[in-house]
Amino acid sequence: MAVKRRKKHKPPLDKDFGRGHTEIEMQLSSNSGQPEVPSVPLVDLRRGDAAVLDHIDLPGDDARRLMELGFLPGTTITAGLSAPGGDPRVFQVDGSEIALRRETARRMMVRKPKSAKTPRIS
Amino acid sequence: MSECADCHGCGSPAVLEFPRNAQAPKAVAVIGPPNSGKTTLFNRLTGLRQKVANFPGVTVEQHTGILELPDGRALQIIDLPGVYSLNPRSEDEQVAHDVLTGKRTDTPRPEAVLLVLDSTNLGRHLMLAAPILALGLPTLIILNMADDLRNRGGKLDLAALSKELGSPVALVSARGGEGVDKVFEFLAGVMAKPAPRELPILQDVPKCRAWAGRVSGQASYRAPIPPKWTRRLDSVFLHPIAGPLVFLVVVIAVFQTIFSIADPSKKAVEWLINLSGHWLAAALPEGLLKSLLIEGVWEGVGSVIVFLPQVLLLFLFIGILEDSGYLARAALIADRTMAKVGLQGKSFIPLLSAYACAVPAIMSTRTIENKRDRFATILIAPFMTCSARFPVYALIVAAFIPERQVLGSLLSQRTMAMLGLYVLGFVAAVVTARVLKSSILKSGRTPFLLEMPSYRWPTVQSLGLRLLDRSKVFLRRAGTIILLVTVILWISMNVPYVHGKPPAPESSLAGTIGRTLEPAIKPLGFNWKIGIGLITALAARETIIATLGTIYGMDPKTQELGLQNALHHDLTPGGAFALLVFFAFAMQCISTIAVVRRETGGWKWPILQFTYMSVLAYAGAFVANHLIH
Repeated sequence: MAVKRRKKHKPPLDKDFGRGHTEIEMQLSSNSGQPEVPSVPLVDLRRGDAAVLDHIDLPGDDARRLMELGFLPGTTITAGLSAPGGDPRVFQVDGSEIALRRETARRMMVRKPKSAKTPRIS
Repeated sequence: MSECADCHGCGSPAVLEFPRNAQAPKAVAVIGPPNSGKTTLFNRLTGLRQKVANFPGVTVEQHTGILELPDGRALQIIDLPGVYSLNPRSEDEQVAHDVLTGKRTDTPRPEAVLLVLDSTNLGRHLMLAAPILALGLPTLIILNMADDLRNRGGKLDLAALSKELGSPVALVSARGGEGVDKVFEFLAGVMAKPAPRELPILQDVPKCRAWAGRVSGQASYRAPIPPKWTRRLDSVFLHPIAGPLVFLVVVIAVFQTIFSIADPSKKAVEWLINLSGHWLAAALPEGLLKSLLIEGVWEGVGSVIVFLPQVLLLFLFIGILEDSGYLARAALIADRTMAKVGLQGKSFIPLLSAYACAVPAIMSTRTIENKRDRFATILIAPFMTCSARFPVYALIVAAFIPERQVLGSLLSQRTMAMLGLYVLGFVAAVVTARVLKSSILKSGRTPFLLEMPSYRWPTVQSLGLRLLDRSKVFLRRAGTIILLVTVILWISMNVPYVHGKPPAPESSLAGTIGRTLEPAIKPLGFNWKIGIGLITALAARETIIATLGTIYGMDPKTQELGLQNALHHDLTPGGAFALLVFFAFAMQCISTIAVVRRETGGWKWPILQFTYMSVLAYAGAFVANHLIH
């Protein structure tokens, strides 16, 4: 029974995640492959924009903590509200809302999906 | 088909049934990601009342409590600070890591683990299950906030999850009490080591997340819809204009309420104290004992206790801020200001809680990863207007500033003055931080990462318990430290006896000490009575009120005036302003000095801090006194 149900509602987030991650596993430092969409810094996303994280350009420790909070390569990030002045901004990622400063978001590279409206890569 | 049939069939650990075991573990650790409700569960299991609030990083040290099982056996439950992984980055995470791996000598090594995860965000929270299960200790996986999960339309198959993880799983609402019996059953039952199907490579975060995703997929986890109200409220509170405006209006309204609505309640307490004082005075024979009780204890300690309703109102406000989840938003809004002085938004949470008391605030700096940022925050925290300063401010402001309305009837002058003092403390903190961060505590930046919790309604029960606890703390201070200081003061006001009579206040021991000190504080506009008050305020700030209450109560000239009027006649406006500034800047609190020593690991920082703040207080008061002259 459990097996049947699993097929019915597999959480879309995890599905996306699984795909993205198996493709670019531990690639955190530079861009290898996938040259179709150029990557832009996360800080360039406007409120409501969604994009897929490509890599984190920060020292290992900091990148690790970001990943533990859900910022993993292959995950979809949606830009949310910000403090007055646009810094820091809240990002919706992996089921939670995390605030990041511009200086951090500048070092995180994302690829916008081709159709800007749909956050999901399919 | 029931869930039980599923798991009996495959022989994996049961979700619902735990056979009895005579050998219960002695110590059980409660671990989980920040803000997953560990302390709420801990309080429910042990009947203790550790502080809980709705933002990550409330618990920063381990707490131990005893849980009694139905069969009479007792277990030690250890509540730990929240962690995202077993790779500690900050002091509080290090504490959790060390207790869990048995590296701390002050806490027993746990023999079983209660892993508390937020069921509304299972995918990510399950990541922590990998390193915890790898410890090999019997583990109960507690999916907390079951009520939230259900209300927002999420669900999962507990039996399948239990099978995947090879450990029992319980769906719990620690706040409402739902499912807590399962925790008791686990603790009383036979505990097996976890036998998960597979574990990922722990050092590889993407692999851990993929594993967690697979496991929650196997358990048919359906994530709940995002909390609608949180989004709606945030679009107001984080609005570029409305957000800060709402905050300002709320703060002003609170102060206005404290001064207007709390005033009658203050009068009521005053009346009670006077009534009991008169009753006591009538019942006692004339003599020293009567003088001690009436002029010493009643006038002294009583004048502090009248501020209890106002202080409680302040705590109610802070409690609502903390429990609702707004505090994290305030930290977000404040981050830019903090960045300008070289600190980060995370420093703002301890600073905000320092409005209640600097001691827990200094403890809560443990969540700041960067050591230099943390020390800078510790050094500036005592500048924030703590609740012990509040009665002092309230007394002086009420004595010297007339109750007049400005801006129509929206604001009174007294409210403005109080707000001004709060701002003064904050400015002193920020300027000091700037100086520290550009000199001795310069450091590289650590990224600011703050998880925004969903808004929750503060429960009447939790707010009520907080107020009850605060009342106890307030009255305990009044009944111990302040009482002791007042009695010592009364004695030193009564020696030496001249011709079998108590001396005039000026020639008593206290008066002599005060007058010796007078030349040093004269430039600030203070007389010897204030000088004595400043000395006793070293024990705790609000002691100055008790001290002045006693001194004015014993002085025949001011006896009939009441504390507020007596102060008004005794001090020049310049002196009053100077006294306010002095209290805003000075570090008159033994507990704070002690906690700074403990948290910074030596006397160097507390001595530096005390000296700096004292010099600033003296200089500030000097300027203030001459401004009004």
